[in-house]
Amino acid sequence: MFYRENGQFKTSYKSDQQIFPIPQDRWAIVAIVALAFFAVPMMVDEYLFRAILIPFLILSLAALGVNILVGYCGQITLGAGAFMAVGAYAAYNFLIRVSGMPALGAILLGGLTAAAVGIVFGIPSLRVRGLYLAVATLAAQFFWDWAFLRVKWFTNDASSGSVSVADISVFGWTIDSPSDKYLFCLGILVIFSLMAKNMVRGSIGRQWMAIRDMDVAATVIGIRPMYAKLTAFAVSSFYVGVAGALWGFVHLGSWEPAAFSIDRSFQLLFMVIIGGMGAIAGSFFGAAFIVILPIFLNQLLPVIGGWFGLEVSIALVSHVEIMIFGALIAFFLIVEPHGIARLWSTGREKLRLWPFPH
Amino acid sequence: MTGRKIGEVILDLKNISLSFGGVKALQDISFNVLEHEIRAIIGPNGAGKSSMLNVINGVYRPQEGEIILRGEHFANMNSYRAAKAGLARTFQNIALFKGMSVLDNIMTGRNLKMKANMLLQALWVGPAQREELEHRLKVEEIIDFLEIQHIRKTPVGRLPYGLQKRVDLARALAMEPQILLLDEPMAGMNVEEKQDMCRFILDVNDQFGTTVVLIEHDMGVVMDISDRVVVLDYGKKIGDGTPDEVRANPDVISAYLGASH
Repeated sequence: MFYRENGQFKTSYKSDQQIFPIPQDRWAIVAIVALAFFAVPMMVDEYLFRAILIPFLILSLAALGVNILVGYCGQITLGAGAFMAVGAYAAYNFLIRVSGMPALGAILLGGLTAAAVGIVFGIPSLRVRGLYLAVATLAAQFFWDWAFLRVKWFTNDASSGSVSVADISVFGWTIDSPSDKYLFCLGILVIFSLMAKNMVRGSIGRQWMAIRDMDVAATVIGIRPMYAKLTAFAVSSFYVGVAGALWGFVHLGSWEPAAFSIDRSFQLLFMVIIGGMGAIAGSFFGAAFIVILPIFLNQLLPVIGGWFGLEVSIALVSHVEIMIFGALIAFFLIVEPHGIARLWSTGREKLRLWPFPH
Repeated sequence: MTGRKIGEVILDLKNISLSFGGVKALQDISFNVLEHEIRAIIGPNGAGKSSMLNVINGVYRPQEGEIILRGEHFANMNSYRAAKAGLARTFQNIALFKGMSVLDNIMTGRNLKMKANMLLQALWVGPAQREELEHRLKVEEIIDFLEIQHIRKTPVGRLPYGLQKRVDLARALAMEPQILLLDEPMAGMNVEEKQDMCRFILDVNDQFGTTVVLIEHDMGVVMDISDRVVVLDYGKKIGDGTPDEVRANPDVISAYLGASH
């Protein structure tokens, strides 16, 4: 009934090292995942899949990748959109140029290509940090924006500059309906989240966090900054690249470089800041927030305007959206740098004691 | 002090000179450290004590001189090689990983001994899972040894200063070092915390046979627990010997008390 851990004693380190050491949490997560797999596809209509759920899942995956780099390893990036683009275009080229390439293989190879590119653009992080590194990763963004627009080879000489992928199939399962797409993305997100959680609670994750928190002390205990930073860039770019490939293949179907512009990079960074740096759950909170807020405002603002007899234009709604994001980012950076995820965990701490104050 | 036997020279520093631009931090300093001993470095502020430790474990590169560790010459020591060779250290201003729990901080000290590759870690199978358990056992022994069981899950940022110092020591011990470098382990502590820290240092030295090199300002502590003391002043070595010899050394007395010339 109450959220308590009284009487739950751990008798082995193994049971103490679980991802969710508290059984209530464990069951809640199992229930949520089961609900997402079995109940949601039956209840939800097509619009919700296309407009909210699929973008939410894919952007969560990308935010997870950005969080590994920014939240766990403390290296700032403004090039996430570019790595999504690299993932998407690399996957596209693997798919059309290698005969018999399965779609899933192309998506994963797209991710690996993004990882390799991420390592290259991560090299400046060995020398510079903070703002200077942000500028270096910004270079990645502009470079790839340019490359995919101007180098025709990447787009298979498409005259319009946009590329398209037909409905993909994985192990004989043709992914064409919105609910299939949703399930496919959900499956990938669950597996990748689990792997991300395992990495950040393992030795490599501790190395990332050590570099983030105190790099001199980290080198003194034998952590090589080069290894830790470049693996963070690689893993992060892999996640972001796979998300990019999914964005192109599954969500958009046909796309042009503008889909992965610098706006996307900022959006992903905002998700991580608002959701919670250095928390896996933060990536989901941030993605949900940023995907849902515009739609929410779209519905709500005209209604509120109607009360006062005002006509609310679409342009105004999008301006309000930007203002709210700006205000929220300033709010979170000042008041709660660890984002919604920290608010959530503070809430849980309180709930453990509720209704007693101490 | 029972059981331990002072052994051969384990660390030999020869003619170390270090300068930053025109500032000569260390000038032609030589001294050695014997296995299993507690060796103190003392000196007034700015004497070059911390620079000396930074040279030993490769944070700074001296312009001249050489470091001989167990007979092996290290022309250019770096932090990674120092860590691999069994040198661990704590910091004057606590340098813990603030965003992590006590347990994770200490586990990080084991990173050189954890070999499972990243993919296995991501999947949390086989060697990765096994390693995590094995090293957790080892870390728990250190937690018991330093009596910090009650805070193992606490984020280090929330701990009081004295306990943070202890976690810093725990993280260094997790490396199972042969030589432990302690940079002012008792700075800013009250008497009881100092007593605890002294006890831990002596126990580490006695039970694990770890060689200890420490910088400390509290003369009572230094003279009490160390076997030999080296005294620096303005980057130069002005004294070296047992606590009694150093105490009687006129140069040392003048450096500390000021002398009438």
